[in-house]
Amino acid sequence: MSYFSFLAEHGSTLLLGTVTTLKVLVCATILYVIISIIFGLMRVSNNSVIQGVATVYIEFFRGTSLLVQLFWFYYVLPFFGISLEAFTAGVVAIGMNFGAYGAEIVRGGILAVPKGQWEGAHALNFSPFKRMKNIIIPQIFPIILPPAANLTVELLKATALVALVTVVDLTFEAKQINAITWLSAQCFGTALIIYYIISRFFLVPFLRWLEVLAARKVGKEKT
Amino acid sequence: MNAEWKWDFAFQILPKLLWATLNTIMAAGIGYAIASVVGLLFLLGQRTPYRVINIIVREIVEFIRSTPLLIQLFFVYFVGPQFGIVLSAWVSAMITIGLHFGTYLSEVYRGALEGVPKTQWEACRALNFSTIYTYKRIIFPQAFPIAIPGMGNYLVGIFKDTPLLSTIGVAELFHAATAVGGYHYRYLEPYTMVGIIFLILSIPAAVGIRKLERSVNKAQGKTKQ
Repeated sequence: MSYFSFLAEHGSTLLLGTVTTLKVLVCATILYVIISIIFGLMRVSNNSVIQGVATVYIEFFRGTSLLVQLFWFYYVLPFFGISLEAFTAGVVAIGMNFGAYGAEIVRGGILAVPKGQWEGAHALNFSPFKRMKNIIIPQIFPIILPPAANLTVELLKATALVALVTVVDLTFEAKQINAITWLSAQCFGTALIIYYIISRFFLVPFLRWLEVLAARKVGKEKT
Repeated sequence: MNAEWKWDFAFQILPKLLWATLNTIMAAGIGYAIASVVGLLFLLGQRTPYRVINIIVREIVEFIRSTPLLIQLFFVYFVGPQFGIVLSAWVSAMITIGLHFGTYLSEVYRGALEGVPKTQWEACRALNFSTIYTYKRIIFPQAFPIAIPGMGNYLVGIFKDTPLLSTIGVAELFHAATAVGGYHYRYLEPYTMVGIIFLILSIPAAVGIRKLERSVNKAQGKTKQ
C-alpha cells in the first residue's frame, strides 16, 4: 500500500481528529491563560492567605504529572459524584496544569516591571486595582509572551494525552488506524507531521505576531 | 462506587506501588543519562563548520521539539516491528526519552555556551590555546554552572513524563496503579497515591534545584566582582 493510497483512505479520519485536537488546544489555552492571570496575581498578593493558596495550587499542579492529573479527573472524580465528559476532563486537566506553570510566568512578569513604575503609580495616588490594571498589566505582556509562547507549544504537545482518556483526537485516530491496519510508520508518521505543521507554521508564527504586537503597543505608549 | 477512602486497601497496594516507583526512578535516571549525551551530540551537530549539516540538525531538533512525546513513543515502539526490528518497551522508551529530551538539553547547553562572555573566547584565541584546551579549561568550567538550573529542571521534567511510558507497557508507577485499579476496580486510592508519591519525590527535587540555582547565581555574582 503506497503512502498516497493510505492518505486517501485514512486522511479524512486523521483530519477529523486534528479538528478535535485544535478544539482541545483552543479551549485549554483559554482556560490556562485565565488561570495563569488569576493565580499569578494571587501569587504576588500581600495577603499571605491568598498567596499561600496560590502557592499550594502551583506547587501541587507542577509537582505531579499531567497524565496522573488527567486520569484523576477522569477516573477518580466520578467517585465523588462529579462525572466529567472525556473532552471536559482533558481540557480542565491540561488547563489547570498549564495554568500553574503560566502563573509562575505571570508572577515573573509582574516582578520584572521596573520599580519606578510602581513608585510612579504610588506617587500619583493610584488605587492598587488601578495601578495593576492601568500601569503594571499592560507592561507585562512583552515580558511574559516569549515564555508563554513556549508554554503554549508545550500545551499543543500535551493535548495528545487526552487520547488516553478516550477523547477522539489526532493521537486517538492514529492509534485506531494503527490497530486496524498495522501501518505504524504511516499513521504515526502522519500524525507527527500534522503536529509539526500546526506548531511550526500556524501556532508559532501566530505567537510571534502577538509578541511583536505587544512590544509595539508598549513602545507606542512609552513615546 | 463510593468515595470513601479505604486505608486497608491503600496499605495493601502500597508495597506494589513503591516497587514500581523504583522503576520510575530508574527510567527517569537512565533516560536522563541518555538525553544528556544526545543533547551534546545535537549541540555539536549544530556547531559544525558545514552550514548544511547545521541546518539539517536544527530542523531535526525543531521537529522533535514540536511533536508530542506520546506519538514519538508509539512511533518508535510500533514502527520497528513493521521493518523487522523488534524493540522491547524499555528500549524504545529510553530511545524516545533520550531523543526528545536531548533536544531540550541541547538548547540548555547552547544557552550556557552563549552565556560565556565573548571576551573569554577572544582571550583564548590571543593566548593561542588549542580548541580542546579552550573548551576544557576555559569555556566548560564557566558554562557548566549556567547550565545547572536548566539541566535540573529537565531531570524533574523527565521524571514527570515517565507515566507516559505506561502506554507502551513499561512497568512503572503509573502502569502499576492502572493495573491494580483495574484488578480491584477501584481507582481512587491507586491514582491518588501515585499523585502523592510524585509530589513527595518532585517537590524536594524542585526545591533543591532552586537552592542550587541561587547558590550558582551567588557564585557567579562573586566571580563578576
